[in-house]
Amino acid sequence: MTAVALPQEVAAPASSRRRWLRRYALAVAGGVVILFWFAVALLAPVISPFNPEFVDIASRLQPPSYAHWLGTDALGRDVLSRVLYGSRISLIAGFSVVVISAVFGTVLGAIAAYARGRVEDLLMRLTDLVLCFPPIILAMAIAAALGIGTTNTIIAMLIVWWPKYARLARSLVLVQRSQEYVEAAHVLGFGHAHILFRHVVPNAIGPLIVMVTLDLGNAILVFAGLSFLGLGVVPPTPEWGAMVAEGRELVQQWWVATFPGIAILSVVMGFNFVGDGIRDWLDPHARRR
Amino acid sequence: MLRYLTNRVVTAFVMVLLATLVIFLIANTAPGDPALAQLGDLAASNPEYVKAFRAKWGLDLPLWERYWIFLKGVAHGDFGISIMSQRPVLDDIRDFAPATIELATIAFLLSILIGIPLGILAAVKRDSWIDHVARFVSLIGVSAPTFWLAFIMLAVFYGWLEIAPGPGRVDPIALLPPKVTGMLLIDCILAGDWETLRDAAAHLVLPATVLAAATLGLITRTTRASMLESLSQDYVRVARAKGLPEWRIVLGHALRNALIPVVTLGGLAYANLLTGAVMTETVFSWPGLGRYTFRSAVAVDFPAIMAITFIVAVVYIAINFLVDMSYAFLDPRAVKR
Repeated sequence: MTAVALPQEVAAPASSRRRWLRRYALAVAGGVVILFWFAVALLAPVISPFNPEFVDIASRLQPPSYAHWLGTDALGRDVLSRVLYGSRISLIAGFSVVVISAVFGTVLGAIAAYARGRVEDLLMRLTDLVLCFPPIILAMAIAAALGIGTTNTIIAMLIVWWPKYARLARSLVLVQRSQEYVEAAHVLGFGHAHILFRHVVPNAIGPLIVMVTLDLGNAILVFAGLSFLGLGVVPPTPEWGAMVAEGRELVQQWWVATFPGIAILSVVMGFNFVGDGIRDWLDPHARRR
Repeated sequence: MLRYLTNRVVTAFVMVLLATLVIFLIANTAPGDPALAQLGDLAASNPEYVKAFRAKWGLDLPLWERYWIFLKGVAHGDFGISIMSQRPVLDDIRDFAPATIELATIAFLLSILIGIPLGILAAVKRDSWIDHVARFVSLIGVSAPTFWLAFIMLAVFYGWLEIAPGPGRVDPIALLPPKVTGMLLIDCILAGDWETLRDAAAHLVLPATVLAAATLGLITRTTRASMLESLSQDYVRVARAKGLPEWRIVLGHALRNALIPVVTLGGLAYANLLTGAVMTETVFSWPGLGRYTFRSAVAVDFPAIMAITFIVAVVYIAINFLVDMSYAFLDPRAVKR
């Protein structure tokens, strides 16, 4: 038998691919879960077997069956259809709270760090003031004062949500502003606004993106919590937190509260996985941990 | 050190003052009308009743005058009369607070006693099965909605397995010990009532576990990250080179320096437990501040809402102050900055 040197594949060693997979498998899984819920939110009217608000007292509190995969609630409404429709309001609420407060907070924080002096003091004391309240209690007080309803709850959350972005943006911009490229841009004659939003902010945006992703899950969680407390949506709108509230005393009819809760858990975990993945990817230092 | 201290005290005081203003403005400029919310449809349709109601609660005075009255009241510990219970708000809070403090403290101890060792183990044995377990536990804790977790625990351990007692603080037929602190565990021990003590402790297990879940996740995560950071420092290498036993390196050298961020987080986490209590107590029918807060919010009972928000904000500010102080001891460099 003669030894033949076979051509070896050297491109990507299996070990590095395996390491990539191990590192980002959770992030990919989280992304898939989020895409799934996005698709559900878009297609809810098409894929729901029943009208989520259709009351059928005759078939109330039925356990999961072939007709009602996830059972029916105390008013005979189909739990599966309500869970599918519920994704809409959760995703909308989560995204509007986080995106609006991230933009608003970042602009304020960036201006504070760039302007320094009086402006910075004033803006930062303002964020300190909001941050000295526990977010959920403050949001609850505001939501109660504004009256029950999805929009009011989102407004209440926005009021307590933006300061952390202002703080983060400020600290990020403070680091960037002493860099040489800022000086260079000044020398080249660019205006303050141009330097701040076209040069400094894009350079500081990595940690912000991580925070936004992790925060989406958190915002969905808090919104569902406020709904659970009766401050979020007006019934009979299908919403996950409110559904758990409706089923919270039905220990024997566990399906009423269990499935909407699993929906919340899966979305929040999805965003947490993706956020962790992005952090590892952006920060090689954290990658080793 | 003294300057640092006075600085912090003044800041905390200003914060408390500003907090009263914020709370007052929320309660008094919001569109929700307490008169209409409280009187019911029939009475609200009669302008005479509405007017009398407003005059009785001082709702017809100008805004700044009402703020001044509110502030004077707060200075005397007077938060007005709860519209819902018709009692001084402070009395209500005094009645409900012990149940929450008891629950939150047990939950806090649980999350620290499990979270810190778990975080240390996960850091020391990185990428082992215990690290994965720790990661999974903290992830569930952070991602699961508290109110849902509470329901699941009740459904599984009370409804299905029937090994845990149902909602509430004690069995409805249990004889309560004479009220001293309002915290049942302590009162039972003072009265020597071991029967009720066992019952009360059993009722605490589920709500305390639920309440601890989120905090436990955060503490485990932070401890792990912080331990990994300090284990990679030079002084740890020096300690290894000196031939110190591993447990002394981990617990003596690395842990002490790793605890600083954990202390910050722990302080905030305790304050957050008071918030998490709103959800947990609502599900477990726990007669504490959380359920009281929830009921006041639903009834738009402004004096009660204002008082609770204010008190929780003061607790928040106080805990932050204590955390700052403990920095000064754990890391004297923090004072100089």
